Amino acid sequence: MREKIIIGLAVFAGALLAWNMNTIFTALPDELNQGAIYRIIYFHVPANILGMTGFGLGMLLSIGYLVTKDLRYDALAASVTEVSLVFASIGLATGSIWARIIWGVWWAWDYRLTSWLVCWLIFGGYLMLRRAVDEPNQRARFAAVVSILGSVNAYISYKSIEWWNTQHPQPVLSIRNGGGMAAGMEAPIWWNLLALACFSAILIMVRTRQEAIANEIDTLRRMAHAQ
Amino acid sequence: MFLQQVWTIAAKDLHSELRTKEAWNASIAFTVVILLLFSFAFDPSSEQIREFSGGLLWMTYAFAGALVLNRSFARELQNDCLDALIASPVSSAALFTGKAFANFALLFAVELVSLPVFVLFYNVPFGAGKYLPMLLVMALGTWGLTVIGTLFSALTVNLRLRELMLPTLVYPMMIPALIAAMTITTNVLAGNDLGFGMRFLVSFDIIFTLLAVVFVDTVLVG
Repeated sequence: MREKIIIGLAVFAGALLAWNMNTIFTALPDELNQGAIYRIIYFHVPANILGMTGFGLGMLLSIGYLVTKDLRYDALAASVTEVSLVFASIGLATGSIWARIIWGVWWAWDYRLTSWLVCWLIFGGYLMLRRAVDEPNQRARFAAVVSILGSVNAYISYKSIEWWNTQHPQPVLSIRNGGGMAAGMEAPIWWNLLALACFSAILIMVRTRQEAIANEIDTLRRMAHAQ
Repeated sequence: MFLQQVWTIAAKDLHSELRTKEAWNASIAFTVVILLLFSFAFDPSSEQIREFSGGLLWMTYAFAGALVLNRSFARELQNDCLDALIASPVSSAALFTGKAFANFALLFAVELVSLPVFVLFYNVPFGAGKYLPMLLVMALGTWGLTVIGTLFSALTVNLRLRELMLPTLVYPMMIPALIAAMTITTNVLAGNDLGFGMRFLVSFDIIFTLLAVVFVDTVLVG
């Protein structure tokens, strides 16, 4: 059943992405000021939305673990955070490429970029911490605390473009009072978000399964050592 | 009762620190060394110094802070003192708050000693009207560093890679507080308005103090 869901999601996401690519690269015109490079927004924004919501979801799952002490929540939180970190990396990389063309530099130390990089470092630290602790319950507890504290920084990063005058563009999506894009140009962002969200769900499912197997192996190893 | 426990823990930590002076000596010496090293990175007598003096000062404090904070819980490992503390009828929150106060006092003292050295070495304009806002920023910024550092000191104390994990986790987590403190300090030294940074720093302190007090039991006991 699990495999069928994964394959189904992959087919759906692949088809959606292909259809989107067609719209983005052939149907849509270049942007007036930025030219062709503006199209990076169709990957930059969805990837960062997934990264940010993923860190938030990881925090909720971590709270779920602390409340229930069920290690499945921890495995899921770890998988979600790991996949979100991949999307955050994509977001940082695409943003950097866009900045090179538009600003002329790969990186600017404004509050949005810095705070998002800080998030990336914190959740990278989260994964490192998981490797440094052997005992599963202790690992889950420590990781949960880091995830919850780290998500405060994810929120700071989310709000940073409203709180400070950043070089990073102000919100453009209609749901954040931006409304800076024509409806026809904004729609592919949401379709891409859906496609990438499906990919992220696939990765999380595979990763959670691995985590569950790793836990099982760990338990068996402990039992073998105990005898 | 709670306050009494907090006071006992804080007094115990400060007493043992005053007797051994381990963290104190190390962080003072370290602060001077960092200030010396920074002077090689740029011209310390230039006019630009006002623009990044806040940043330099807080980087020094953050590095010195890591030394103090690393010792905070690691000191209790000898003779299984940490287990005894956890087993004692003191709540984790009281233990944490006590340790945080002791660390705060220690780090603040280190900062007070290194501030004149910094002003002197880097020729920073530091007039009479700047004492109070400067002390306020130092207190708020240091508290932010201390709560996060103390919590992570407790979290990493039993890890194999303690010395590596603590800075890896603590510095990114501290950055928002550090940035705010740096901007405010630069504004104070340049005589500008304190502005948004102050509100941000106060909110940061409150949020992370609450989170730390709530989660320290999870970290120490489970």
